[in-house]
Amino acid sequence: MSALAAALREIVGLFVDDGALALAIVAVIVLAGLVTVFAPAAVWASGGILVLGCLGVLVVNVMTAKRR
Amino acid sequence: MGSLHFGSAVVAAFLASLVEAVEALTIVLAVAVVRGWRPAGLGVIAGLAALALIVIVLGPLLDFVPLYVLQLAIGILLLLFGMRWLRKAILRAAGLIPLHDEAAAFASETAELQEQARRHEQRLDWLAGLASFKAVLLEGLEVVFIVIAVSAGRGVLGRVSIAAVAACLLVALVGLVVHRPLARVPENALKFAVGVLLSAFGLFWTGEGLGIDWPGADLAILAFIALFLATALGAVALLSRRTRVAVS
Repeated sequence: MSALAAALREIVGLFVDDGALALAIVAVIVLAGLVTVFAPAAVWASGGILVLGCLGVLVVNVMTAKRR
Repeated sequence: MGSLHFGSAVVAAFLASLVEAVEALTIVLAVAVVRGWRPAGLGVIAGLAALALIVIVLGPLLDFVPLYVLQLAIGILLLLFGMRWLRKAILRAAGLIPLHDEAAAFASETAELQEQARRHEQRLDWLAGLASFKAVLLEGLEVVFIVIAVSAGRGVLGRVSIAAVAACLLVALVGLVVHRPLARVPENALKFAVGVLLSAFGLFWTGEGLGIDWPGADLAILAFIALFLATALGAVALLSRRTRVAVS
């Protein structure tokens, strides 16, 4: 059981290293997805949220990395 | 357009596989140095067999997944994976965390195996083989994921796989010849480049999965690569300046 848990931890670790970064990326994707669902006419806005959101999340994360 | 996507997919898969293979080689070499080539080799063979089994069993299932679901799932995982690499590469380039050092990783793995040897002499071959197996399986899974992810639904899986296998064979060959961890490979620069490429692919696929028609279709990938590269280089410059000011 502990071996299975360790294997799962390793696999999750491939994608999630810094929890704050992973959560922020998922939040940006969810926001972009909500815009696509509720405002299909403004799908370009969803693209903008995705692009600017991901770049913004990266910058904020590395700039605050030292403090954290 | 198709050749543009194919070209960037091949470069991403080749460079990422190079990095993963170098990391796996370091552990396999440490096992070979401490316990000999037999457990190291058996671990590699078992790891490759497990990888092949996973690909053979799970690969065909991908055909049953609707394309937009596949694009969205792979896009999200690629964004998580790529931005994780890019974040670390930025922090390393700015000097906030130490560079990944294959020689140090080799020394640490060797010391750990020697400590295990002291405690469990009887079971050491098994433990050493397991370390080698785990390294090949985990790094190999990353290679498989990247190959599938960058070639998702575009009919380039075979050719991208060849690029990834070529990178792994190249590292294995050099490793066999030099019998040392490949500490001179500029791993951080490679991770920086791969992080940019994978993040750009992740953004593209996530958008496609959400139903966004990117302007310029596949050309958007180039724009995303440029955006991630400029942002990452800008972040490195800002962080480095801040660090220099703090030191002086």
